[in-house]
Amino acid sequence: MKLIQAIIKPFKLDEVKDALLELGVQGMTVTEVKGFGRQKGHKETYRGTEYQIEFVPKIKLEIAISDNRVSEVLEAILRAAKTGSIGDGKVFVSELHDVIRIRTGETGEGAV
Amino acid sequence: MKRVYKLYRVSVLGLLLFLLGAGRGFANDVGVTSINSGDTAWVLISSALVLAMIIPGLALFYGGMVRSKNVLSTMMHSFIAISLVSVIWVFWGYSLAFAPDIGGVIGGLDWVGLTGVGEAPNGESTIPHAAFMIFQLMFAGITVALISGAIAERMRFTAFVVFAALWVTAIYAPLAHWVWGGGWLGGLGDLDFAGGTVVHISSGVAALACALVLGKRHGYGSDNMSPHNLPFTIVGASLLWVGWFGFNAGSALAANGLAANAFVATHVATAAGALGWLGVEWSYRGKPTLLGAASGAVAGLVGITPAAGYVGPLSAIIIGLGGGIVCYLGVFLKNKLGYDDALDVLGIHGIGGTWGALATGLFASMGGGTGLFFGNPGQVVVQAIGVGATWIFSFCGTFILLKMIDATIGLRVSREDEILGLDLTQHRERAYG
Repeated sequence: MKLIQAIIKPFKLDEVKDALLELGVQGMTVTEVKGFGRQKGHKETYRGTEYQIEFVPKIKLEIAISDNRVSEVLEAILRAAKTGSIGDGKVFVSELHDVIRIRTGETGEGAV
Repeated sequence: MKRVYKLYRVSVLGLLLFLLGAGRGFANDVGVTSINSGDTAWVLISSALVLAMIIPGLALFYGGMVRSKNVLSTMMHSFIAISLVSVIWVFWGYSLAFAPDIGGVIGGLDWVGLTGVGEAPNGESTIPHAAFMIFQLMFAGITVALISGAIAERMRFTAFVVFAALWVTAIYAPLAHWVWGGGWLGGLGDLDFAGGTVVHISSGVAALACALVLGKRHGYGSDNMSPHNLPFTIVGASLLWVGWFGFNAGSALAANGLAANAFVATHVATAAGALGWLGVEWSYRGKPTLLGAASGAVAGLVGITPAAGYVGPLSAIIIGLGGGIVCYLGVFLKNKLGYDDALDVLGIHGIGGTWGALATGLFASMGGGTGLFFGNPGQVVVQAIGVGATWIFSFCGTFILLKMIDATIGLRVSREDEILGLDLTQHRERAYG
């Protein structure tokens, strides 16, 4: 099992969600986050005083997925989240030791 | 029965008026006038409009521009300013400013506690003396509230309360007397229709003294101090615009043509001020901002204040446009010189008020004023004297008051309290969840 964490542009969330639902992904967790990479934030000006805003708003999407579905899920995220301009975000893939469904107590693949 | 009574009343009134007129003719008795209901209504409404400029207008305008941890303390400054000044005005403020003159510099103590200030008009006025008094009270209140923009986010509340009480007594009351209360500046022929020098230069220059004595906010220049709620600021600026009709057109003290002219001049100057600021900002910074539009509108309002009753609409547009541009530069100057006038009270009210006072000397053409462009070059000199006197008096006076307060109870909150925010440390409350 893998845990996929995708940091994406906020306005791309709906497209990514739809692409994942089409693949039959059962659920996901979404968090509003702030951060910066190469995009390096933006400038704001108030009465001539300029502020460099380093942290820009992003969406963090988390999905737990079986190993055999990882590639198609990654492909769907990359396709839906891409604009081609700087600041599109990143996807982190990591090994997932276990998953437990709280209601039934199921563990492992059955709980994904 | 009723009709008979009415007829009787009308005829008695007619007789009285006739006798008054006749009496005037023979005895040259100025000071006996009757109350005009239209004038009275307008001045009372105008007083309420000026109150709306302070709360919620200025409270929102300033409150939106500070960080979220200081919004309550900033709005509190406007609220306490009008509350405190109102009581002081009754006890001694109004008397010091407007009671019969002593040596051209201050009013006497004749009207302390508003003795004799009631329903009857004062002198040749057509409104109750009490109506004039309450109108002037609001002016004193807003002037003190305006200064609070300079000390935002770092002054002890107790120190502000003491400062407000001392300032309205020692600085505002004499200045109002000099210009409007029968003092020396008014005697020189200084034109200040609605408070360009008395309200705006005085508060703006006091703000500079505050910024210099208090010092910069912790983290100034490095921390992000951007406004936490610009919609507040925009609503506040819009209320200022609306309320300013009371401030300027109300200063005619009558519901007449002068009031209508001042109303028109005020409105078009404000519009031009917004356009002026936006124009400069857009060409220098690449983007027009809503905060810029609001700031420019206030700059236009400040600029037209001393001129409102003395200029026509075209001159008003030039004055407003100039106000927007000059104040943009005034704010730019702060960033260059590095003093922390937190909400740009000097940049907008001090600089805008100075521009307006001088422009009045250039453009005055009606309402009893004549400026340089209409054949009276001496007016600019008188205006410059008014500006200079106000700058010097307000700056030095404020400086001394602040030093006195600093030496006794202290002006600034501790560094830790400042970082935590004034809402929590000065008032033990929080604006948002």
